[in-house]
Amino acid sequence: MADLKAGDAVPELKVTPDKYLPHRYAGASGDFNPIHIDEEFAKAVGLPSNILHGLYSMGLVAKAAAQGLAGGDPQALKKLTVQFRGMGLPEQEIEVTGTVKEVDGNRIVVDLEAAQGDNRIIRNAQAELEL
Amino acid sequence: MAIKTDAVGKSWPSTTYQVGREKIKEYATVLGIENPVHFDVGAAREAGFRDVVAPPMFAVVYSMRALAPAMFDPEVGMNFATMVHGGQTFEWGEPACSGDEITTTAKCISIDEKLGNGFYVFETTSVNGAGAEVVRGTWTNIVRGV
Repeated sequence: MADLKAGDAVPELKVTPDKYLPHRYAGASGDFNPIHIDEEFAKAVGLPSNILHGLYSMGLVAKAAAQGLAGGDPQALKKLTVQFRGMGLPEQEIEVTGTVKEVDGNRIVVDLEAAQGDNRIIRNAQAELEL
Repeated sequence: MAIKTDAVGKSWPSTTYQVGREKIKEYATVLGIENPVHFDVGAAREAGFRDVVAPPMFAVVYSMRALAPAMFDPEVGMNFATMVHGGQTFEWGEPACSGDEITTTAKCISIDEKLGNGFYVFETTSVNGAGAEVVRGTWTNIVRGV
């Protein structure tokens, strides 16, 4: 990790959340908003189906940064900021990609995003890590 | 109609959450995080933690509980039918380990109207039993058509 430099790619993370992932994430996180776990309810409020929790997708971005650049060290990630845009859907592959933006000693800044195909569900994510 | 901004600066009663090994395991499993420091106390201690340590984004588990009363406060008056979670920031300090009692306080930082949409920004501050800051969250909710 010592020779990371600006422009380096973050190792890509690909995950396909299964149909029941939002239910398990609801249980793990305590967020039972029905738009995430009730397809009928979600459709009734104009969504294409029940949608992924934004904070689940953010969790994958955090994982991609910590796992890809810091060997999964839970203390490496110091700051993560994201914008939620497109809606994430179950049963579609999520791809988290990123690029090292700055390296200053053991502190690095990384730009990331998460997408399902052309649908960029997390944009302008920026992580700060201490390696 | 101008957006209601009375709640700016308001704080809500704090909540205290006790972090536990099984809850950390459950969260890490859902995210597919495999580092043994999240599952095994021996591995966690070997890595220098006092007990099984939470992944950073486990912060949502204890901080959202403090935020809920703020989100539903009629003085804030968010219209949930058109609300989306627009953005999120976390800044981490001390790690959260099993056994820690983490106290979180939520505050409304700003309420603004831009191009007909309402931007409601809340901050949660979470400290452990020793008074050290574990995480600070900034939550931006966007309400369309205020």
